[in-house]
Amino acid sequence: MFATETLAASIRELHKHYHLGGETVRALQGVTFDLPEGDYVSIMGPSGSGKSTLLNLLGCLDRPTSGEFILGGRDVARMNDDELAETRATRIGFVFQSFNLLSYLTVVENIEQPLYYSGRLNRLARRRCVELAEMVGLGQRLDHRPTQLSGGQQQRVAIARSLVNDPRFILADEPTGNLDSATTVEILDLLQNLNEEGRTIILVTHEPEVANRTKRTIMLKDGQVVMDERR
Amino acid sequence: MKGDSIVARSASKGLHALPCSRRGLSFQPMLAKWLRTLQLSVKSLLLHPMRSALTVLGIFIGVSSVIWLLAIGEGISRASQKQIESLGARNILVRTIKPTSDDFQDGGYGLTRADYLRLVSTIPQVDVALPIRVLEGEFRFKTRRIQGRIVATTPDYASVTQLTLDTKYDTEERKSRFLSDADMDENRNYCVLASEVAEKLFPYGTPLGQKVLVEDMFYEVIGVMRFRSPSAGIGGSQAAEDFSLDIYIPITTLWWRIGDQVVTQKPGSFSRDIVEVSQITLRVKEDDATDEEANVLAVADLVRETISRYHTLNDFAITVPLELLQQARTTRLMFILFLGLIAAISLVVGGIGIMNIMLATVTERTREIGIRRAIGAKRRDITSQFLVESVVLSLAGGALGVAGGLLCRPLSIWLREGLKKFYPEQMAQLPQLIQEVEPQLVTWSIPLAFVISVAIGVVFGVYPAIRAAMLDPIEALRHE
Repeated sequence: MFATETLAASIRELHKHYHLGGETVRALQGVTFDLPEGDYVSIMGPSGSGKSTLLNLLGCLDRPTSGEFILGGRDVARMNDDELAETRATRIGFVFQSFNLLSYLTVVENIEQPLYYSGRLNRLARRRCVELAEMVGLGQRLDHRPTQLSGGQQQRVAIARSLVNDPRFILADEPTGNLDSATTVEILDLLQNLNEEGRTIILVTHEPEVANRTKRTIMLKDGQVVMDERR
Repeated sequence: MKGDSIVARSASKGLHALPCSRRGLSFQPMLAKWLRTLQLSVKSLLLHPMRSALTVLGIFIGVSSVIWLLAIGEGISRASQKQIESLGARNILVRTIKPTSDDFQDGGYGLTRADYLRLVSTIPQVDVALPIRVLEGEFRFKTRRIQGRIVATTPDYASVTQLTLDTKYDTEERKSRFLSDADMDENRNYCVLASEVAEKLFPYGTPLGQKVLVEDMFYEVIGVMRFRSPSAGIGGSQAAEDFSLDIYIPITTLWWRIGDQVVTQKPGSFSRDIVEVSQITLRVKEDDATDEEANVLAVADLVRETISRYHTLNDFAITVPLELLQQARTTRLMFILFLGLIAAISLVVGGIGIMNIMLATVTERTREIGIRRAIGAKRRDITSQFLVESVVLSLAGGALGVAGGLLCRPLSIWLREGLKKFYPEQMAQLPQLIQEVEPQLVTWSIPLAFVISVAIGVVFGVYPAIRAAMLDPIEALRHE
């Protein structure tokens, strides 16, 4: 279907088991799919279907129990903790349902924060932070605190932060879950723009309207892919 | 490159007007990272100003008590050391003591002129040797009379006991001077007065040239000495020596005119003492080649041996101020150790305060830790963030503690003066040392305080910081 060069990531037979009080919870049971460069995927499924677990694995916050997750030519399953952090810092941008900004930092400081962890801090990068803030429409609010912003504005800051290290991947965990419908449209427009620029976006949602705006929907149930549909 | 598209786009929209000057600075990334960590630490500590202030207070108390205790310890030890040094670090004092048995009744007791000559001729390391004979006596000038000590000695006495001449009674013809060799050789009836004797007997005119009646003989006053604070009695063997009621006469004059026998008559009792020399003060020669202290102590042993060969009675005692000095040094060391222990305890308490707060902070900020981990923070980034916070707390306490330590001297003097003003009786009952001690700031206690406070920040911050770093990012992100 796609040549290997154009794959952003490939997932093979991914298993994730948790041990909870002597019982083994099989959150993922052999998930396999390819992610071409520039894809825009929504992951859906009922609660407990393993979509959060999958997102955590895709976001390099966790390692799979077994299986392969090749990202940028490396198997994430074999990385140590520092390498995982490095990958998160340089290749992945996170957008969360509850925005997850640091409340005691200003807008521009929040956007800058990942630069300190990727070691790319310089004058140019700092200028880019301002430009990113302007791009998401917060150029006038650089020195505001997150608490002084609306939900939609906070999510824009979070998106700007996720872009600061110029990642290949944007992982969004119900990015519109806490927003009203008008703001939802704005945020989805922003994500669509990013996708059109060529970034791969994976978005977890349970709203069909949100999923409809993506190029492809993967449906999970009981830790397995039950539907993989391209629009 | 894909990433540049955003820059390009926003630039094309004309949006990159940069209003901020602070973003114009260029840093080395590592330095910038550390500065940022520091800045974040201060920011997050200021989120809870009261809590941080109380934690800092704990360290402040610990650090300033270290500095205070060291300063007071140093003040006390310097005071006592000064007292000992006033006896002379190169001196050896050999004193006559009255034996407890009655064996001496016929022949007298104590040091003799022969002892003196033997010491001078057989011990080459002795620089100066002073024979001293001390008697109680009454001094009279016209109708004024006082009780004091007749100190018969040689011209070297003034320099060995660190007495200086008082020139305030000097006239055109007569200048104040101490005893001279000529006075000795001719057994002159000359005397030199201590300051208080001069003031009491001659409240109006100059004493120089006047004749003072000492017991039953007249002595002409040739000099007056300046007041010297009494030397302390140290080590039990040496009574405090008060120099203010002395009259100094040539020892040869005493031997010639008064003799060795002293009869004390009191109502109901009668005693007769035959003593040739009350005390021999020796000063050891300065010797650069050998260790000075060892040299003095070796000479002291030699002196003890020389004298005890001719004394069957237990009628002399040797005091070596240097030995007392060495004891005082040991005491001082013990003192500093002891006070240091107390200070260390208060520092540990302060450190526990830091650990307590940092543990609370870590729990409180679990979600923040999760966010930081998600956007790329390594474990050591989290560790260093919390460690920097605890070190900032303890360093702030340390800096304040040093400031508090610098106030030690003025504050303690102010406190003492205040107490003296409002509770004079109670203060007067306190030991002299406490009334007079002046804390001496020990210079190395300031860098020490900084080192200690950083160490406390690290030691007590490491566990909370590691705990923060070991949190699972997923769990931490889920934390409310």
